[in-house]
Amino acid sequence: MSKRVGIEVSIALAEAVKLANVDVIAAYPITPQTHIVEHLSKVVADGEVDAEFVPVESEHGAMSCCCGSSAAGARTFTSSSSQGLLLMSEILFIPGPMRLPIVMAVVDRALSAPISIWNDHQDIMSQRDVGWIQTFAENGQEAFDLTLHAFRVAEDRRVSLPMMVNIDGFTLSHVVEAVELLSQEEVDQYLPPFKPRYRMDPRKPITMGPVGIPEVYSEAKVAHNEALKASRKVILQGWKEFADLFGRQYNPVETYRSEDAEVLLVTMGSISETAMTAIDTMREKGQKVGLIRIRLWRPFPGPEFRKAAGKAKMLAVVDRCLPPGAVCGPVGTELRSLFYKVPGAPKIFNFIAGLGGRDVTVERFEEMVDKARAFAKRRPKELYEVIGVREK
Amino acid sequence: MANTDAIVGWKTITFGCHVMEPGSSAKFRTGDWRSQRPVIDNEKCIKCGICWIYCPDMAISQTEDGFFEIDLEYCKGCGICAHECPKDAITIIPEEG
Ligand code: SF4
Ligand code: SF4
Repeated sequence: MSKRVGIEVSIALAEAVKLANVDVIAAYPITPQTHIVEHLSKVVADGEVDAEFVPVESEHGAMSCCCGSSAAGARTFTSSSSQGLLLMSEILFIPGPMRLPIVMAVVDRALSAPISIWNDHQDIMSQRDVGWIQTFAENGQEAFDLTLHAFRVAEDRRVSLPMMVNIDGFTLSHVVEAVELLSQEEVDQYLPPFKPRYRMDPRKPITMGPVGIPEVYSEAKVAHNEALKASRKVILQGWKEFADLFGRQYNPVETYRSEDAEVLLVTMGSISETAMTAIDTMREKGQKVGLIRIRLWRPFPGPEFRKAAGKAKMLAVVDRCLPPGAVCGPVGTELRSLFYKVPGAPKIFNFIAGLGGRDVTVERFEEMVDKARAFAKRRPKELYEVIGVREK
Repeated sequence: MANTDAIVGWKTITFGCHVMEPGSSAKFRTGDWRSQRPVIDNEKCIKCGICWIYCPDMAISQTEDGFFEIDLEYCKGCGICAHECPKDAITIIPEEG
């Protein structure tokens, strides 16, 4: 039977990895991911899970090791953050096209310079195009559930792609929440053993990761992209079966009080909970506002998002990342493309908020909604605005 | 190297671009790249085998008499063997035409 406990979200996520009966964990500690890796090294050392914990010399080594162990047919997990994720970057692009279903928890954190250990989405957005399935958790329960879902989807033979679960550094990773931990029997019911389509096996040698000369490179890249797009079906199926077994239903995007909303805030990750409080406050004042939260970031759930936007007149899209010199933030750019020339599409306003751990408060969300309304009447000079930044 | 024997599309390319046939690199004739070739002078050769060790394409093999010969199907003309030969027994000459 599952049990509801008060637990730090990092530990809950690590418990999900343990319950998934992982075979190999290769990771290098970095704030604020450390507690996940620390807990996993402990449960391996204590014999609570029969896994190999590889204390690698760097994140570059961690992801290289994960590629090898996944290719050998081992259920593989790692986790990183920020500068560590960047040190992995060279290898992060490799398991996708090679169809290696590594699961990783990314504990989102700002990037240097200046040095910041605090939360935003600049690390993961810089690695947006690594070709992994990517989800974003809002709370501790979701961090636990999405981690199990990630193993289930990534390793499905129709998918066979790496998958990352994003949780916000500190504001989610380090808080203690009530989380319903599933029992081993329940997890075993949901997650079958890993049976890869191909593996490195000396009895049946194959070559993985060969050179792709110009005659085949494009075909290899399109094959990967098509596999990523097609994973959508299995992602949804994984969530449906999770709901059938355990009663919690997840969707690619979630809405909150959006039915008759004129303005919809669009968020990802843990600030969505503050956004919901802001919406309640504004609704009490009679404002027609709601929320769309993006849970599945890659492959991007276009049809679901368009449906969720419904008849809203305005979208106030919140980005946790400031891409210097770009037209908009990454989520803003994505949604502008999605709605380009769509009849009756909402007006899209992009706000960049919560960089390097700056709190995004209820008042800030109210400010964004007010600004979206004002911009709808009078076009703003810039395509995005950084919220709460001082000029002097 | 990914298999290029047949024209593949994205739907027919192997899963993960894997090469399913072991030992298939012999099918890839690196000799096509060559613009110059090594020539061994057996008068100078002391049969030390250094060229054989260093050749990155395993294009050099030993004959029954102990000397070494070069398989031009695979020799890509890099010149490493000539550079490493302690007796300057290997000369690199341009390919004609
Ligand atoms: S030139 Fe290069 S490839 Fe050719 S035999 Fe010498 S070392 Fe080998
Ligand atoms: S390295 Fe020179 S001397 Fe040695 S075996 Fe080769 S050709 Fe002969």
